[in-house]
Amino acid sequence: MANPLKCDLCSKPATVHLTQIVNNKVHKVDLCEACAQAKGVTDPSGFSLADLLLKASLNPEPAATGVRCEQCGFTQNDFKKLGRFGCPACYDTFRSVLEPMLENMHSGTTHAGKVPTRALERKSLYDRLTKLELDLTEAIKSERYEDAARTRDEINQVKQAFNQQATR
Amino acid sequence: MTISSLLETPSELTDSASSKTAIVLMTRVRLARNLAGFSFPGWAKAPQREEVFAKCRDAVAAAPQMKRCFNVAIGELSDLERQVLVERHLISRELSGAKGGAGVIISKDQAFSVMMNEEDHLRIQVLRAGFNLKKAWSTINDLDSTLEDHLDFAFSPTLGYLTACPTNLGTAMRASAMMHLPALVISNQMEKVVRAVNQLGMVVRGLFGEGSDASGSIFQISNQTTLGESEEEIIKRLGSVLQSIVEHELNARAKLLEADAGKLFDKIGRAYGILQNSHLLSSSEAMNLLSLIRLGVDLGAFADGNRSVIDRLFIEAQPGHLQYAQKGEFEPGQRDMLRAERLRAEFANFTRPDFSFNQPEKN
Repeated sequence: MANPLKCDLCSKPATVHLTQIVNNKVHKVDLCEACAQAKGVTDPSGFSLADLLLKASLNPEPAATGVRCEQCGFTQNDFKKLGRFGCPACYDTFRSVLEPMLENMHSGTTHAGKVPTRALERKSLYDRLTKLELDLTEAIKSERYEDAARTRDEINQVKQAFNQQATR
Repeated sequence: MTISSLLETPSELTDSASSKTAIVLMTRVRLARNLAGFSFPGWAKAPQREEVFAKCRDAVAAAPQMKRCFNVAIGELSDLERQVLVERHLISRELSGAKGGAGVIISKDQAFSVMMNEEDHLRIQVLRAGFNLKKAWSTINDLDSTLEDHLDFAFSPTLGYLTACPTNLGTAMRASAMMHLPALVISNQMEKVVRAVNQLGMVVRGLFGEGSDASGSIFQISNQTTLGESEEEIIKRLGSVLQSIVEHELNARAKLLEADAGKLFDKIGRAYGILQNSHLLSSSEAMNLLSLIRLGVDLGAFADGNRSVIDRLFIEAQPGHLQYAQKGEFEPGQRDMLRAERLRAEFANFTRPDFSFNQPEKN
């Protein structure tokens, strides 16, 4: 074997390979027989990969701290410690942690108040513009000039809407 | 605008002509907002904090409500200046302790204040003297919409405005009223009121928010939850809770007069005497004495015009304001002396209380 898997906890050759999905994130661990026994991996009902990983101080890999926000690097452990999130994207990353808390925390679980309509409109125009510009480049590259002309007209329309929104 | 000219300009809180309201001293609404795509202040690295601060600062300073505003990074203020702003409810203690990349913009009349990189990127606040929740909401709503034209706020259609702490999710709005409730305190009913108010989803705090004591019988009552109801619904619900607290306070006053007017007048008369003659006054004792004088004004023992004097003194008797006025820092003992001196001067020409309004009619 070119690169035999080592146990995540003690670096002996790993013979137990485990994959668990928590909060839509995939976690993998490789353990040797002895560690697998010691951590109770052979008893699936009493075993939580997340707990094991959190306690595995020997494991230098980032997965050791559980789910991590891709945007800002915040972990579920950080949330437990601070009670606050790292960035707006954390609300997606930690959705499954947060949702059960909301009912106790608030009088409802769905927003019923003000909506930043103009900002959202601006964002959707911007997203559309970005996509159209990609389409245009693509069309020119593959010499679909009719498509390109149509896309260009659309781009102009969106730009106009964008400017109108800005001056309203 | 500099801090000294800001503090000398007549403000909503210290010079309000609308100090006619007997029980609600002021109303306040604050909104938390964050920029999409940036870490929240507590988690952001220094360069990102600076970037967000600069973006927000530009957008807020450009708003028409902020014409000739006071615009400052927190690091540019001395400890004493920060304390003065905290005592005026214009910045929070948390912002006052912030390091780099944080600041505040305050409108000339001190009605609007926008903190940047406190717990959230933006904490937008409006302060109104008296009981004026609807007006406060509509003015802050306008400022928020103006800012929205220049800033992309982090927002989710299901969770609303996204905030560093999930307890602020949704409307991210905290509406509150500062209430003067001396009769409920004297008759030991506050605990009962706090419990009832909590059950209605509202929170009661002391004068300076979380963890502060209620010296001067002044309490802050605000909504607890922010998700699941619209801003208007929250304000309507809070408004009716406040209204019923006002009624309870008025009832408690009537009962005190009925049961033992002499005892109540004694408290007010003694407060007057101490304010006129004492040479050492701690901040909390001063607050409690001023509270009794304000109650006296409400009952009719002092002229109505004195209410705004008391409201101003509530703020000027605070340690930061006292030291700021003396242009120096003083030990607590010296401060108590200065405070007593200041209040003696203020009460030297204050007309004696007249309790004749409560005399039984003569035949």
